[in-house]
Amino acid sequence: MTTTTASTELRARQDKGRKAAQNREKWAQARTYISAVVILIWCLAPAYWMVVTAFREVGFTYDTSLLPTHVTLDNFATAFDTSFGNRFGQALINSVFIGVTVTAISLLIGVFAAYALARLNFRFKFLVLGFILGASMFPGVALITPLFQLFTNIGWMGTYQALIIPNISFVLPLTVYTLTSFFREMPWELEESARVDGCTQGQAFRKVIMPLAAPAIFTTAILAFISSWNEFLIASQLSNDATQPVTVAIASFAGAQPNQIPYTAIMAAGTIVTIPLVILVLVFQRKIVAGLTAGAVK
Amino acid sequence: MATELGPTPVKGPASGGTPVHHGPKGVGEDNKILSQGKWATWLLAPTIIALGIVIVYPIISAIVMSFQKDAGLDPATGLFTAGGPAGIQNYVNWLGQQCAAPGGGTVACPPGTLGGQFWSATGTTFLFTVITVTFETILGFWMAMIMARTFKGRGLVRAAVLVPWAIPTAVTAQLWLFIFAFEGIANKLFNASILWTGSEWPAKWAVIIADTWKTTPFMALLILAGLQMIPADVYEAAKVDGATAWQRFRLITLPLVKPALMVAILFRTLDALRMFDLPYILTGGANNTTTLSILVINQIRQGFNSAAALSTITFIIIFLVAFIFVRFLGANVVEQSGATGKGKK
Repeated sequence: MTTTTASTELRARQDKGRKAAQNREKWAQARTYISAVVILIWCLAPAYWMVVTAFREVGFTYDTSLLPTHVTLDNFATAFDTSFGNRFGQALINSVFIGVTVTAISLLIGVFAAYALARLNFRFKFLVLGFILGASMFPGVALITPLFQLFTNIGWMGTYQALIIPNISFVLPLTVYTLTSFFREMPWELEESARVDGCTQGQAFRKVIMPLAAPAIFTTAILAFISSWNEFLIASQLSNDATQPVTVAIASFAGAQPNQIPYTAIMAAGTIVTIPLVILVLVFQRKIVAGLTAGAVK
Repeated sequence: MATELGPTPVKGPASGGTPVHHGPKGVGEDNKILSQGKWATWLLAPTIIALGIVIVYPIISAIVMSFQKDAGLDPATGLFTAGGPAGIQNYVNWLGQQCAAPGGGTVACPPGTLGGQFWSATGTTFLFTVITVTFETILGFWMAMIMARTFKGRGLVRAAVLVPWAIPTAVTAQLWLFIFAFEGIANKLFNASILWTGSEWPAKWAVIIADTWKTTPFMALLILAGLQMIPADVYEAAKVDGATAWQRFRLITLPLVKPALMVAILFRTLDALRMFDLPYILTGGANNTTTLSILVINQIRQGFNSAAALSTITFIIIFLVAFIFVRFLGANVVEQSGATGKGKK
């Protein structure tokens, strides 16, 4: 009899403990969800506000109802309208052209350097790696003054090459170190077997490694393109009305009245500039995150 | 040639007379490293040359320019002068906030001129850097801890944090300008009527909030990547040993995530020190939100050479901060990113 009471007591206590643990677990889970919702709101609310405003009639610019009201597409037409001196359409083309060119050049040059840094043993490897990392952290203002003077002297101000060349200074290092850390993780045994089968190192690189490296290169290309697409400092100084990229166009967007900022049209322009990037980033989310953090933790 | 380098003494053809196949290990290895070195040189050359053109050349010419006088009207004679060597005068002028005086020599720059803003711009730059990086580190760490847990919808959260990161800074600036407009949503939500870009501290906070919003995700992702490198069984073992959540955080998470965290803080700090787009568009540098980068840009059209001196000062400041981080706070970027390569060979 005493033993049964003891055991029931024990069981009751165990139950109590388990319940407390379960409650704690539930509470922890709830806190996680609350935090997750806070993060979602913090990250998405301002972006949501941009999109909602982009679809709002000009007269209701400062409408603060959280749901879309007075929906219109006019702002997108206004964004592309050139009658107030805005050249948003041209700027989009410029940004794509500059971004693609910078990305292509950086990849073309950087892929070889990344291969060497990831695969080969040579002296001064860490020195080179340090130089490239340092270059990617380089302040743009330190380059702009001499470039401004140089390009003025040789008549390059406002040309595409004057915008493309400085962009290489930060896109190329980014390309090299992102690719380097991707290349370190690849199955290089396949290269060895290709070598055994009689390929030269160059052939092995071209025929075995390049196809394997394609996803890494693609991710790096996206990151390179985004960083060129977002560039503002250099472009704001070295471009002119005909060659300015979207960042410059949006920063200096003019409205009908000089004292009134055309917010709805700017938000529409911002939405156009951002949506393709956001889609691209969300689709390749995993790869992008890997690429973004590659230089820092690997 | 290879005889000297070989790890095992290889007999030359004269002494042994053993032909080609002699010592394939020693000589082969040497040739391999030699050829790898050669390969590396060729593969790295385009990148090094390109960076030499786009970074090293401008930096050297900026330094050369910074020791030249600005071309312009000489205040002493009223005549146009072509410049000429200035020694360290440009640097002295910036650091002492001195401007050229009519009649030669220098006087303290009158308020409002660019020359009189050096120390306030430096102060603003450091203020922005310290506050934004602190906020971003705390918020980013918290976000990373949440994203590291397993729960339904984790993928959604991880995707959402990429949105602020993907929006170009120029767009971010315009967006927050709109949010902080007098009739904008920020004032409405907090039932306030603050002229955000109209006076010093609201303008500074506007920049700080916008920057924190834009760059916390990057921080969070870097820290998350660091967290994911910590093996789960370390936590299990600690739990079994009865460590509390706070102990686990302080004794396991923090020390193990520290290398990644330091690199993330270093990246963000260097990035914040060159902050330009956000204050330039959001406030135009008004109300004491002019950063060093904005000051350089404003100076360019008034004189290349003193702008070059200022940009060199900015570069030196950033370099010193990076040096302090790497030397004293143990943010070893190269080691970090070279670690796997070293291990794997």
